[in-house]
Amino acid sequence: MSTGTYHPSEIQLGRAAYRQRQTVRSVLIAAFSTLVVGVAIYFGITGSPGWDRVRTSFFSWSVAKASFVPVLEGLWLNIRMLVVCAALALVLGLFIAVLRTLRGPVFFPVRALATAYTYGFRGVPLIIVIYLFAFGVPGLRLQGTPNVYVLGGAALVVTYGAYLAEVFRAGIESVHPSQLAAARSLGLTYRQTMRHVVLPQAIRRVAPPLLNDTVALQKDVGLVSLAGPVDAVRAAQITTAEHFNYTPYIVAAVLFVLLALPLIAVTDAVTLRAARRQNAGA
Amino acid sequence: MLQTTHVRKVFGPSVVLDDLSLDVGEHEVVALIGASGSGKSTLLRCINLLTEIDDGVIRLDGQDITDPRADADRVRQKIGLVFQSYNLFPHMTVLQNITLAPLRVHRKAHAEAHEQAMQWLSRVGLADKAGSYPDRLSGGQQQRVAIVRALVNSPRLLLLDEVTSALDPELVGEVLTMIRDLKGDGMTMVLATHEMGFARQVADRVAFLDAGRVLEQGPPEQVLGDPVEARTRQFLARIIEAGRL
Repeated sequence: MSTGTYHPSEIQLGRAAYRQRQTVRSVLIAAFSTLVVGVAIYFGITGSPGWDRVRTSFFSWSVAKASFVPVLEGLWLNIRMLVVCAALALVLGLFIAVLRTLRGPVFFPVRALATAYTYGFRGVPLIIVIYLFAFGVPGLRLQGTPNVYVLGGAALVVTYGAYLAEVFRAGIESVHPSQLAAARSLGLTYRQTMRHVVLPQAIRRVAPPLLNDTVALQKDVGLVSLAGPVDAVRAAQITTAEHFNYTPYIVAAVLFVLLALPLIAVTDAVTLRAARRQNAGA
Repeated sequence: MLQTTHVRKVFGPSVVLDDLSLDVGEHEVVALIGASGSGKSTLLRCINLLTEIDDGVIRLDGQDITDPRADADRVRQKIGLVFQSYNLFPHMTVLQNITLAPLRVHRKAHAEAHEQAMQWLSRVGLADKAGSYPDRLSGGQQQRVAIVRALVNSPRLLLLDEVTSALDPELVGEVLTMIRDLKGDGMTMVLATHEMGFARQVADRVAFLDAGRVLEQGPPEQVLGDPVEARTRQFLARIIEAGRL
């Protein structure tokens, strides 16, 4: 299209030079203001009257070392529960979302139940669900009641399944009706249309919020410790009691952040890619 | 081959199709013309059973397809519909768009569906786009792919709903050429269109729709050149004013 011998005009060179100067200036201003804020925070905290007490009871190196292994062992439980619960909650959420889209009077009870489920479990606090599952279900004294890990995990799955179902449903409803018309006009059945045309587009669209809910689930897995299992939070609580020192909580918090970072990075990457695709055109 | 008799369709208080009757013969090309809202698109959607009619009967090869006991999916396999805005599936390549129905609906073998799709793509000059996603194609290319997608079902009847209305003027030609070729193949078609020049060239019969009825129909020269009805003359005068004839 263009000839090989392109030289930018004077005016373009001037614009480029001006933008370059502006960039350097912005970087310098940002560096300076960051320094000022950082120094202010540092002196604000370390200069506070109670800093010495806080430092010894929250940032003790020896307690951190002592608590690291038990907290890490607890975290291993969190990771295993997260993987299993996230997978099951995604499957449950998708299933419920699809049920809610079924049409026809035959499916009224199914739709009603699915709707009641998403309304109910989004409303009930997770802690209460965990107590009901972990203490209420064994109270029935039924044969073969699963252990507290399974019951706690089930509480997480049904609670998050309700949130994820709504995310999936939003995705399904965002697929334009003309796509359904096109698929049906080719002779595809409703099920085939869902499976090959609607769901692939819906899931792509809601991938970022789904991953975001998975990050939230990662933290809430710790609440299962309320029913007994020793996860990272519970392990930190135990070591805190042993040392009369709060440092294990800091250790657990740091480990949780490290655990969340990869997932958050993936979420950001997926969101960015989705945004790019959106901008690339219809 | 296709008979629509006394068809009525209402959306809330507005009567979109009002006692509409129209027959289409084998290998015949019928152009539906008329103002926006005259019921052209609705009629096509009713024939394809995407929209349920409120009275009347539509028959295809003698079978009452508007009978609620008829298998709508089976009927749609025999009727191709091409939309104004192409409606290609954005998450599938051109080839996947075209082979979806042959693979899933007709349960053809992969190789066979592939080969058939590639033959059609070569014929319309889009073989090199088989692996592209729809958003990499121009409007004219997308619409040609959409027509191929309908054709690989080997429909008895092809419905075209203002297939050039969303296209830039310089892309209209390539789609119209394709439709002209299909007429050469003997494809039975009903097309809703605003392209009066094209309707005159390609249609065996032109039907003028007004307020949900076929007000006037006949050979293109007669309906477009010397209409009987005052409403048809009025409509054509406005089209000429807009420079579309």
